[in-house]
Amino acid sequence: MSNAVANADQEPLVRIQNISKVFGSTYAVDNISLDIEEKAFFSLLGSSGCGKTTLLRMLAGFETPTEGRIYIDGQDVTDLPPYERQVNMMFQSYALFPHMSVADNIAYGLKQDRMARAQRDERVREMLALVQIEKLGHRKPHQLSGGQRQRVALARALAKLPKILLLDEPLGALDRKLREQTQFELVNLQERLGITFIVVTHDQEEAMTMSSRIALMREGRIEQVDSPRRMYEFPLSRYAASFIGNVNLFEGIVHSQDGDQVRVDSEEAGGQLCVRHSQPMTVGMPVTVAVRPEKIRMAQAGDDLPNRMQGVIREIAYLGDESIYHVELASGKRVKYTQPNVQALAELPLTWGQTIALGWHADRCGLLAQ
Amino acid sequence: MGASAGAGALTALRARWRRMAPGRWLVTGIPWLWLVVFFCLPFLFILKISLSEPALAQPPYLGWIRETADGLVNIVVNFGNYRLLWEDSLYASALLGSLQVASISTVLCLLIGYPMAYAIARAPSHLRMPLLMLVILPFWTSFLIRVYAWMGILNTNGILNNFLLWLGVIDQPLEIMHTSLAVYIGVTYAYLPFMILPLYATLSRLDPVLLEAAADLGARPLRQFLTITWPQSVPGVIAGAMLVFIPVMGEFVIPDLLGGPDSLMLGKLMWTEFFNNRDWPVASALAAVLLVVLIIPFLLLRHYESRAELMEDAT
Repeated sequence: MSNAVANADQEPLVRIQNISKVFGSTYAVDNISLDIEEKAFFSLLGSSGCGKTTLLRMLAGFETPTEGRIYIDGQDVTDLPPYERQVNMMFQSYALFPHMSVADNIAYGLKQDRMARAQRDERVREMLALVQIEKLGHRKPHQLSGGQRQRVALARALAKLPKILLLDEPLGALDRKLREQTQFELVNLQERLGITFIVVTHDQEEAMTMSSRIALMREGRIEQVDSPRRMYEFPLSRYAASFIGNVNLFEGIVHSQDGDQVRVDSEEAGGQLCVRHSQPMTVGMPVTVAVRPEKIRMAQAGDDLPNRMQGVIREIAYLGDESIYHVELASGKRVKYTQPNVQALAELPLTWGQTIALGWHADRCGLLAQ
Repeated sequence: MGASAGAGALTALRARWRRMAPGRWLVTGIPWLWLVVFFCLPFLFILKISLSEPALAQPPYLGWIRETADGLVNIVVNFGNYRLLWEDSLYASALLGSLQVASISTVLCLLIGYPMAYAIARAPSHLRMPLLMLVILPFWTSFLIRVYAWMGILNTNGILNNFLLWLGVIDQPLEIMHTSLAVYIGVTYAYLPFMILPLYATLSRLDPVLLEAAADLGARPLRQFLTITWPQSVPGVIAGAMLVFIPVMGEFVIPDLLGGPDSLMLGKLMWTEFFNNRDWPVASALAAVLLVVLIIPFLLLRHYESRAELMEDAT
């Protein structure tokens, strides 16, 4: 969160200024401005077609922006071809050269720089060690597993020790177990090498785990740029709130504001909701109250919870570590509520059709403008 | 030890045969049958004829098995035809002529065909099929007619000369017809599609992302071509080169119609031996030698390819 506040007089490593990219008549990227600090692990997050890959390809030099400028390290690189940029990319399909051995793949960029043979061999060895595939140097790509190929692609992109590494869905082709393990390896690698990573991903969990900052994109625009924690706890829009994690949204109208306590009339919630919100709100303004399922708890008789409601359990999803309950309120609105499964078999397990009382504190939910 | 290994291999082979569905026999059997009936058997006939003596008879050669006057049966195998091929320098120079024409036209086809195939492979997808059709279109017209058309173009008072004279580029008609230049033009024209099609097949399969990756790693366009596109298109180059080289080695229509007395080629010589001299045995011997000359580089290539693959898999 410390790098959320940028040093004002320090030039960011990457400055994207009013960039647009038009394909035919559609804006793939629509007037985006973005600064990326040095040594950041920056994620471009969004569903498919949001323009995140186009933005990454413009950073690499494969697409020319229709409008706007891109600066890397203070230098305007907008019109530079890819082979003149100090940026390397790891492709989603890995794009390994099938006719070259793993070592030759990794050495390819170094050869283009005419690095001396001995130095080159040494660097290739280092890179193989870095991604822990020392013994695979002589293999051809088709003789490798998916996970090994991913490592070769990473080593090849890192071999020139670029200032910035662009990663297009780096873990997309791996199975779940391997993906989780590789997430941490990528983060460690980034911290060790001090290279700025810019990652494109559609997987919010992946973005949350790895990034120091996330730019959430939607339809060619940036919805929100924040640290993972702020993105989750303080989403600025309904889209941001529902894209990352689970959320319950209650439509309502501002009833009154007393200091940082805002009261919202919500038919869906079946009464008044109380939200902590420091910005001044206009009475009568339509708003949305957002509350994460894990912030809700079962209300006991003596509890001092400003937000309370009763409902009937309609669905139960048992996930092992936790269970998700879909609770139907009198208004017909369904609320998602999660409970960790601490005991193997609870003494009084919740069951279908049971009526329960739920509640949460005013500072456990957020207020979103429509 | 060796015998038991052989027996083991045999049982493995039998097991594989048993596992094969009956339908597979049909699928692999048809091309085998085709090859045996239309290639192996005729070639055996040619071998047989090449080892017999020519005669003024119908057919114009003598059989191997002859009865002598005193009732003995003689088997006469005549290697004289092959000795003639070896001793008479005419045949060696025809072979060299064929090799020269075939190699130069293969290189010409590659130089012209590669950019064309590349352009088609990189063309917008809706243009690719029409462009390929244009490459194949000449096959709609008879080969012979197309060669005759070249005679009309290259003649002393043909289209090309008249056009150049009209332009004022030359003031004497060029002597192209009945020279080896005419043969090269005709052969390159006629065999170009056989180069373009396999090249197109490999180039269109090349993933353009690989070029992006190369560019990303610092390779300029020429380096991208030399290090990525070219090595990956080598199988197409080899296929195209064989499809041009092999038939041109035996080509006789083009040197006969467009070439002059100096364009001596095996195919033309074979034709002369067979139809003009009615020397079937020598013509057959020539055919057999041509086959061997063509098959040796092919087998060597296959051998090295499979060895490279084996080594790759072993490491």
